[in-house]
Amino acid sequence: MTMAPDMRATVPRHARPADRPLGLVKRLTIGWRDTDRVTALGTHLQRYGALPPHPPGTLIEAVTSAGLTGRGGAGFPTGVKMRAVAERRGPAIVVANGMESEPASDKDEALLSRAPHLVLDGAAAAAREVGATTVAVCLPRAKQWLLTLVREAVAERVRAGYDLVAIEVYDLPHGYVSSSESALVNWLNGGEAKPLAVPPRPFEKGVGRRPTMISNVETFAHIALIARFGPGWFRQAGLPDAPGSMLITTSGAVAAPGVYEVDAGITIGAALSLSGGAAEHIASVLVGGYFGSWHDTAEVTTMPLASSALRRIGAGPGAGVIVALPAHACGLRETAKVLGWLAGEGAQQCGPCMFGLPAIAEDFAQLATGRPQGQLLDRLHRRLGMVSGRGACAHPDGAVRLARSALAAFAADARAHAAGLPCLPARQGRSPANAMPIPASAGGWR
Amino acid sequence: MTRRLAINPIACTGHGLCADLLPELIRLDEWGYPMMPEHPVPDHLAALARRAVRLCPTLALRLEPVAQ
Repeated sequence: MTMAPDMRATVPRHARPADRPLGLVKRLTIGWRDTDRVTALGTHLQRYGALPPHPPGTLIEAVTSAGLTGRGGAGFPTGVKMRAVAERRGPAIVVANGMESEPASDKDEALLSRAPHLVLDGAAAAAREVGATTVAVCLPRAKQWLLTLVREAVAERVRAGYDLVAIEVYDLPHGYVSSSESALVNWLNGGEAKPLAVPPRPFEKGVGRRPTMISNVETFAHIALIARFGPGWFRQAGLPDAPGSMLITTSGAVAAPGVYEVDAGITIGAALSLSGGAAEHIASVLVGGYFGSWHDTAEVTTMPLASSALRRIGAGPGAGVIVALPAHACGLRETAKVLGWLAGEGAQQCGPCMFGLPAIAEDFAQLATGRPQGQLLDRLHRRLGMVSGRGACAHPDGAVRLARSALAAFAADARAHAAGLPCLPARQGRSPANAMPIPASAGGWR
Repeated sequence: MTRRLAINPIACTGHGLCADLLPELIRLDEWGYPMMPEHPVPDHLAALARRAVRLCPTLALRLEPVAQ
């Protein structure tokens, strides 16, 4: 694989000696802090060079040996996904998922608004490799400014005659479940942005009944760099079992919350440190977002933000989300707020989710306010054991994971609240404004 | 062939007929929706399971092979 000569200067080789701790990385984020605005196609090409041509099959090979996994939250091996689509008969289609419905994540917006051409390069290269003639970029309708920006980036590429595939940009309703793969397929096929019962999986029969490769926008940006610099370079960041860099979003009680590019597998403690450290005492952290799990800070400080390690404590990195809960906030109250929102964010298709999540949210509200009715904790635990795995999508599973982890991480609080003795922040109804934002409702499914 | 009961949760509207026909394997949750057993359908209930699948008013219930 050849490398454009000016690349060596701008793209750090980033050989990480074994004794250097995992930390900030500049790959996707080169130039972000200098300009803080969108990178034009010309600047993008100066910075990274042109996409080198790939004989068929070699990009899948490179992505596979790079060990790239999906950056949207599920963490599926991207090479396996590409191969599954490429091996199906007939023309395929590639979908770049930029919906970012996770309220505690900002990284897809940050990436698209500063480096749209990295995402589009990766999607176009993946399309060529899996036999697709079209790329569909899916973005939330609520962010019209971002749609305009990405459409302008696509127009730039068309004017330059840069791509061999067509790139279409679509604006979708932005409900929490609307960013799931099958919901995108459903909407692109003219239906509602609601999850479908699977199988068939999108790689088998997706948009227009074609084999469909759907990946998060950041995943495509990594493909764009692997296509240029190869799997060996990719693995010079991160850990052997969590290679490459990843974008993370930190929020809550840290001094400098925001989006950072870091080595995959960085410890949660290091991620909090590079986000400015604790702005006030951090008692617990939410790992993985609103579908993630609560943990005592001390328990996870040394844990790598990688699914291989977090799996052991029932957690996952999600889309690289860490929320630091300030000690003066009530974790049960914050969780109740989120569960109430999640209960209303379902697609109203599957009974166990439609009825189970509101019941669980109501139980949690009683717990948070310290006004238990009946055998609250028994009832809540029974209900939490009843809805997981019973929806067409993972919406109920995620809400249950969040609720269960809150009961474990705030166990002493939960016992006191269930006995009618809520903690001080819950009694006072105080909720830190920045800890757990609740987005506005999407308004419709089509 | 070993098979187990599975449901399309979008199609299921909670008629509960399956739990009436096959209480040995299917119970309803507190909202009236059937909960599928994890284990495969035992041979002596296979005929009853097929009948429950056939009579599901929304065609949500099915028998699927268990991955060995």
